[in-house]
Amino acid sequence: MLLARILENKLSSLYKAGKIVGGVYLGRGQEAVSAALGTALIRGTDVFSPLIRDQAGRTAFGESLLDCTRTYLGSALGPMRGRDGNVHRGRPLEGMPAMISHLGAQIAVVTGMLFAKRLKGQLAGVVGATCIGDGATSTGAFHEALNLTAVEKLPLVVLVTNNQFAYSTPNDRQFACGDLVERARGYGFGGWSVDGTDLLACSTVIREAVRRARERGEPQLIVAHLLRLAGHGEHDDAFYVPDSLRHGHYGQDCIEVAIRQLVAAGITSVDEIVAWQDQYAADVQRAVAQAQQEAPPDPYREDWTALSTRFPISQ
Amino acid sequence: MSVTYIDAIREAQEKLLRDDERVFLYGQDIGVFGGAFKATKGLAAAFPGRVFDCPISEDAMIGLAVGAAIEGLRPIVEMQFADFSAIAFNQIVNQAATHFYRTGVPIPITVRLPSGGTPGSGPFHSQNMEGIYAQYPGLIVLTPATVADAYHMLIDGVALNDPVIYCEHKFLYRWLKAKSINNEHLPIGQARIARPGKHATVVAYSAMVHEAVRAADRLQADGWEIEVVDLRSVKPLDLDTILASVARTGRLLALGEAFPWGGVTAEVVARVAEHGFHLLDAPPQRLNARDTPIPYHPKLWASHRPTPESICEALRHLLSF
Repeated sequence: MLLARILENKLSSLYKAGKIVGGVYLGRGQEAVSAALGTALIRGTDVFSPLIRDQAGRTAFGESLLDCTRTYLGSALGPMRGRDGNVHRGRPLEGMPAMISHLGAQIAVVTGMLFAKRLKGQLAGVVGATCIGDGATSTGAFHEALNLTAVEKLPLVVLVTNNQFAYSTPNDRQFACGDLVERARGYGFGGWSVDGTDLLACSTVIREAVRRARERGEPQLIVAHLLRLAGHGEHDDAFYVPDSLRHGHYGQDCIEVAIRQLVAAGITSVDEIVAWQDQYAADVQRAVAQAQQEAPPDPYREDWTALSTRFPISQ
Repeated sequence: MSVTYIDAIREAQEKLLRDDERVFLYGQDIGVFGGAFKATKGLAAAFPGRVFDCPISEDAMIGLAVGAAIEGLRPIVEMQFADFSAIAFNQIVNQAATHFYRTGVPIPITVRLPSGGTPGSGPFHSQNMEGIYAQYPGLIVLTPATVADAYHMLIDGVALNDPVIYCEHKFLYRWLKAKSINNEHLPIGQARIARPGKHATVVAYSAMVHEAVRAADRLQADGWEIEVVDLRSVKPLDLDTILASVARTGRLLALGEAFPWGGVTAEVVARVAEHGFHLLDAPPQRLNARDTPIPYHPKLWASHRPTPESICEALRHLLSF
């Protein structure tokens, strides 16, 4: 989560310096919950479809820094080759589908990957996971996919991070149930609620939910509560977030909480964390420098075809 | 014994399930019930664990198919009616259609769309969506007009590595029969001369091929020899065959059952105007359904879509130049 924060701070600087075209979308404040999920999954076995604020989860799952910097900086060597950018990246054949912008759409895709693994006899011990925000729980795609997943009895973990705002829209204009976790029972999912600013709580709850999906083959819905500590994107100053929320419990920075927790528990020391920070800053700098040196995509060498099939005649 | 168009679709799926373990069927009421039109009759029993009834969730159905395709399977999704694919539009055009271009990983899914009108079906069970899907990069759109094409194009379509929108016409399901399924067939992407002629070309697809042939037969009595081109696939579009026909006749009528604004007929006319303007002896014409929702009453419905009468009228106008 520390590496994700350092990487995203760098991305924000690059954006503000005009070095990144398009948008930059940060997971600031969501690192604990996202990293807890990425850590609970097994790269090479599980399927993970992260969303817009899951740099920490991506990194924890094993996405390379270069996949991130190359996609944001438009290197032709990145997994998306300049054809898609920023958070719309993945390696589908390595269990990491690339998100589209239409919220809720990734859930059924992960379900389909699990469904196929079952047909192939390869589902045992596998979990699929995907992330979503409070706003996306309002979509038809979310409802359809959760219901269908439960009908198909597949081991899918859906992590809803309720960060209080969908872009600028607060919870009270998004849903009218008390807590989104209430929906779990209606869909036939196991339901879990956790304080998303608390790393140890996130780690415990999410690990348990993933374990249950893996061992029992049943879908799980986790709702993590926190506050987005950034705008929707770096173009957005989030003026609409009231001070009462910023200074409230969910306004605390999960990384500061985590450092306190880990030092207090004797798991690590402040000196060690400082050393990690230096190491990660150097790693990020290297990944940025390499992506910046690489050639952008060349429109004259682009094949400009959306089909893998080559037809012999005019199209 | 004879084989109907819907039999051919069923038999193609049976062969696909038998020959390719990557294929599975996913759709509403397609299991024990055998599908709203019986296109999957008996297949759930013959292939246990390969034919799945699913919730009324078109968006999630296509999402699931995309995920299964990433994992190397070849799902065939039956939309109960083409009209309901509107609910799955996002997963089709934004997820499936963009996937290969974005990630390099192809998505070999086939979406079966029971398309077109039958009397009494009304606004929401009669639509033709081929033009909408053809507009999006990354999709292949098939519109078989014959029993043999219904069979072979489904088998060939499932073998393609890209998302295929397979538009099967409901009016042809039981009305169109063949003695047997001819093994000879053209590849996907190649159009066919359904009826040779020399005075005018009608470019049609799906059920409208048969209406065009009827109209051409009528005009034969007046000495007109009308050529009918069956596109077979609207994307890819076989412009070579279209232009060769227009070169022979000098006149073009593009005929379709879909709504008139844009669409396949507009694309055909635009491409012929662009690449074959010098071949034309008369302004190219289009004939489509009317610009209203598809009406319920059989009398209104029959006047909403092109008929042999309205096709003859359009052809006489075209031949009058």
